[in-house]
Amino acid sequence: MRPIIYLMALNEALQQEMERDPTVFVTGEDVGQHPPMGVTLGMLQKFGPQRVVDTPISESAILGLAVGAAAAGLRPVVEIMFLDFLFVAFDQVINQMAKMRYMFGGKAKLPIVVRCPCGGGYQMAAQHSQSLEAMLCHIPGLKVVMPATPYNAKGLLTAAIRDDNPVFCLEHKKCYTMAGDVPQEQYELPLGIAEVKRPGSDVTIVATSYMVHEALKAAEELAGRGIEAEVIDPRTLLPLDMDTILKSVRKTHRVVVVHEAVKFCGFGAEIAAQVAEAAFDALEAPPLRVAAPFCPVPFSAPLEEAYLPNAQNIVEAVSSVTPAKA
Amino acid sequence: MDIPREKLIEMYERMVTIRQFEEGAAGLMRDGRIKGFIHLYAGEEAVAVGACFTLGKDDYIASTHRGHGHLIAKGGDPKNMYAELFGGRDGYCHGKGGSMHIADLDLGILGANGIVGAGPPIAVGAAFAAQYKGERGVSLCFFGDGATNQGTIHEAMNMAAVLKLPVVFICENNLYGEYTRQDRHQTVKDIAERAKAYAMPGVTVDGMDVLAVHETVGEAVERARRGEGPSLVECKTYRYFDHQGVGDGVADRSAEEIEEWRAKDAIVRFRRHLIQTEALTEAEAEDIDRRVAARIEKAIAFAEASPPPTEDELLTDVYA
Ligand SMILES: Cc1ncc(C[n+]2csc(CCOP(=O)(O)OP(=O)(O)O)c2C)c(N)n1
Ligand SMILES: [Mg+2]
Repeated sequence: MRPIIYLMALNEALQQEMERDPTVFVTGEDVGQHPPMGVTLGMLQKFGPQRVVDTPISESAILGLAVGAAAAGLRPVVEIMFLDFLFVAFDQVINQMAKMRYMFGGKAKLPIVVRCPCGGGYQMAAQHSQSLEAMLCHIPGLKVVMPATPYNAKGLLTAAIRDDNPVFCLEHKKCYTMAGDVPQEQYELPLGIAEVKRPGSDVTIVATSYMVHEALKAAEELAGRGIEAEVIDPRTLLPLDMDTILKSVRKTHRVVVVHEAVKFCGFGAEIAAQVAEAAFDALEAPPLRVAAPFCPVPFSAPLEEAYLPNAQNIVEAVSSVTPAKA
Repeated sequence: MDIPREKLIEMYERMVTIRQFEEGAAGLMRDGRIKGFIHLYAGEEAVAVGACFTLGKDDYIASTHRGHGHLIAKGGDPKNMYAELFGGRDGYCHGKGGSMHIADLDLGILGANGIVGAGPPIAVGAAFAAQYKGERGVSLCFFGDGATNQGTIHEAMNMAAVLKLPVVFICENNLYGEYTRQDRHQTVKDIAERAKAYAMPGVTVDGMDVLAVHETVGEAVERARRGEGPSLVECKTYRYFDHQGVGDGVADRSAEEIEEWRAKDAIVRFRRHLIQTEALTEAEAEDIDRRVAARIEKAIAFAEASPPPTEDELLTDVYA
């Protein structure tokens, strides 16, 4: 183990898997000569233009290429420069990639990974800041992971590449330069297993992606007020590890779900609903959601700050359902 | 084409305004006074001004991520544009859009755009509306060489052609899509050739020559107004800054190439032409430059003083 930053953890996962498996290749706009977020840095030099493929600005054709190449036996790892651009090519995702295996009676296998930077906080405005994971989670036939730490990034991406089905890896821009301990050797974190980031007895906070870090900050502050929060990062949104969440809620009797995406029809609604269905008897307060208001991401700094959920919002939500012990 | 002297001078002034606006924006970015993504237009002024000066107030343009030049050329006020870059409430979008989303429907500006290739179909729609209402308006859309690899642009061209809509497609071929040189992202050299696929006129023009752009686009606009359908005009041009941000452009291109294009600078060239043809004296040209500089300075001061929108405006214009 040594500390490396998140984007280098992703880079390492890609490189090691490419060394191990000659059918893995990466493609996307500028991934070779000028990696936009730096994740594919140095890979063109190492693996050459056949395996690190710069493309024209053609998201539909890029994703179509991945679908076709995967159907024909390769393991594409696609980078879509910003998650927002995925929607230029949604047919290839929703009607093609997600459907083929089922619709063809199990005859197709599509081992594809699509990596997309997501999230706000840099005044990149409405078309470069979105968190749209819930839309992907609404589609049977896709898997969705949202690593929040370098360790999870490497392990989840490795597992995603080895998975025989399409996996979206959504990477929050704020996570890219965060450092954390990561083993040098390859390892897989199986999809569908949540991580308890911090044990606690009074309330369960389920947070995704960058919000995991805000939730941990909030938990520190709550601890100062005598409230012990258990913080859970599902890591994989689809498949979702509800067992870990339900076990926690049965212990704490309260749950607050946190994500950066808008609240309405967000992923938090799914977790809250499943908790209500499966553990209604255990709840001592209504499940709450901390999420963005229902509007596009604004440009102006003070508005964007007001838009993005933060630790303070989490503390307030938790406080409203958890009696202070002091 | 005979252009009256006043209009020539106005074109010169507008090109200088764009250049100085962009240099001003670069300075603000360097000083950390504005943030976010910024794609500067410096170097390409002849395209925006040559093209937009063929239009009237009722004509539409659809712009791109590199939109400041188009907006100023179509009549955008630097004050409100800077205010948008600051995220101020006096900005064209009240601070909610930023550089990539400046729009003003009253000026016929359908918006800059953060999505490469999204503008042309929207321009087709505005042209459809003009035709539908029996008006003479035309729609002009700008897009880069890189953008021509998006399906949307081909769909838009075909639709405009088959519906005979008054659209002029203007490709700003600055030789790079982000950091990828044109010969690495497409196999055609002259993008105007793609017009053949839609049986419409396609012309390649020197995008560093404002008069050439004006004349070629002018013909396409007139054709569109006569109801004869769309055209494609490719302007060969060059950006001076990095693709994004305020770097000097060497991140992806050689210093020699940049020098070579800077030697063809459209503003220097037009100014020389105006002086040679006695449309302008050296002193008058300097006067214009100074006047523009003063306007830009005032615009920045205005913009920086513009307060940001307040939190209670977060949900304004949310309608469901
Ligand atoms: C759909 C989509 N894909 C990718 C991008 C990222 N991007 C922004 S500008 C750009 C390059 C555009 O190149 P070109 O069309 O030649 O315009 P230029 O920047 O050279 O003016 C890219 C890839 C985007 N904004 N939208
Ligand atoms: Mg270009």
